[in-house]
Amino acid sequence: MAIIQTDQLTRRYGRQTAVDGLSIEIGERDIFGFLGPNGAGKTTTILMLLGLTEPTSGRARVLGFDPARDPLQIKQQVGYLPENVGFYDDLTGCENLRYMGRLNRLPEAQAPALIEEALSTVGLEGEGDKLVGAYSRGMRQRLGIAELLIKNPKLLILDEPTLGLDPDGTNRMLELIVSLRRERGMTVMLSSHQLQQVQRICTRVGIMIKGKLVALGSLDELSQGSPGDKARPNLEEIYMRYFKEA
Amino acid sequence: MWTICRKELADHFGSIRFLILFCLILMVALVSTYMAATHVREALDGVSKPSQVFLLLFTTPGKFFSLVQFIAFFGPLLGIIMGFDAINRERQYRTLGKLVSQPIYRDAIVNGKFLAGVLTISIALLSMMLLLTGMGLMTVGVIPGIEEIGRLAVYLLVSIAYVSFWLGLAILSSVLFRSLATSALAAVALWIFSAFFIGFLADLAADAVRPVRNPRDPEKIVANRRFADASSLVSPAVLYSQATSTILDPYRRTRSNLVLTGPMERLSLERFQRPLPLDQSILVVWPYLTLLAAMTLVCFGLSYVVFMRQEIRSV
Repeated sequence: MAIIQTDQLTRRYGRQTAVDGLSIEIGERDIFGFLGPNGAGKTTTILMLLGLTEPTSGRARVLGFDPARDPLQIKQQVGYLPENVGFYDDLTGCENLRYMGRLNRLPEAQAPALIEEALSTVGLEGEGDKLVGAYSRGMRQRLGIAELLIKNPKLLILDEPTLGLDPDGTNRMLELIVSLRRERGMTVMLSSHQLQQVQRICTRVGIMIKGKLVALGSLDELSQGSPGDKARPNLEEIYMRYFKEA
Repeated sequence: MWTICRKELADHFGSIRFLILFCLILMVALVSTYMAATHVREALDGVSKPSQVFLLLFTTPGKFFSLVQFIAFFGPLLGIIMGFDAINRERQYRTLGKLVSQPIYRDAIVNGKFLAGVLTISIALLSMMLLLTGMGLMTVGVIPGIEEIGRLAVYLLVSIAYVSFWLGLAILSSVLFRSLATSALAAVALWIFSAFFIGFLADLAADAVRPVRNPRDPEKIVANRRFADASSLVSPAVLYSQATSTILDPYRRTRSNLVLTGPMERLSLERFQRPLPLDQSILVVWPYLTLLAAMTLVCFGLSYVVFMRQEIRSV
């Protein structure tokens, strides 16, 4: 069963079309890289998938639910990490997690164990009692993932998860994403414009430019017909080719 | 919703600005009650059979102002301080996007915050009144009767509704304006306008609509004053102070400041100089109470609608 399926999904703001007839399908245990320049409509698409924005036309299904009609069912099973996620800086990491747990109606008795587990999964053991205001950017981003993990989601939607991280932080984030898929069987959709990273971990890629999906498929599929070494497909070349065409 | 309410409550009680403001209000209120208590004797001079002395504690102006006037002026500040950053603080810290992507209805966010604010206001006002009641008991030594307690309870409820109106207004401005400072200033500007300048505006409006060309014509003057009174009721501050002064003063039997009476009517009014019972007092100000509640609901409802329709993407 497809985890995410959209059919001619369109969103217009006034005259401007942010997302234009998007049809994609993301299968179970995919790591789907959603690429495109700034303002291509990636975030708008994500918001429509979560039911936070209504599509102008077209349909979407996430985990079998229609986001426009049953957003709560979707939000229960989908972990969404917004771009530049924020926290309550005057609370500790654990308190932030506990609040999110309560909003997700996790049983109070299990919360401490779940929080501990989530923190150790993202490599923040022992940091939970510090105020979030004192966290580094990489730690904040990993705390953001921990917030998603406490509800044990089937699908993770990450908006620019590695933006602004140093190389070490980026590596840890990418490894974390890969291990979540491998060990917990989660499906991941991540938007990014950092191509090398996407190339390293994604099983499938979609390229979106000016609201239109211009390419969809695995790296190997996309690299056919592109110049350069066929054995080592290079996402950057593929991307630039589509970018120039558009 | 309760989860959000619980967190907001914790935030309110922990926040420094709330503690400072509460200390300030408490201090001034204590001073004003003390002054009132020492002036009660003067106020009672010449009254042959004083009744409901206890209420005087709250309404006697003392040297500067009475507690009731004080809450009418500065209660709004309490509401504004608790609401002006309700939604846009979440925007600023970029937590709103996260919050709306949790499995809760979007309205739960506004509801939870409003509820937490109302609870905080109730607790603050109630504890303030209990403190003052205790102080009044000690300084004056008059024990309040059932009816006086009833009047104070009604007064408390109306005050909570009044401060909640400003809370709702502040939340509305926090939904409308992105910046914390703009939102606070907008709410404070409305407060100052409705508390201090509405009188001038009402006079202006009355002079424009019902001009008094002949200063000897009582009909015209009354019409002018009536119009000014009515138009100043647009301001919740005026509504509130008139409603509460009627409730706390059993000798007031009309909402209007100006009643034309003939000689016979005056005679009958003077013969029946007895306090109104509580239910009659409430009946007299019932329209005011309804209006106040309606204004609160309109404010809250507006912020609700605006927030539900707002695009989340620009978070």
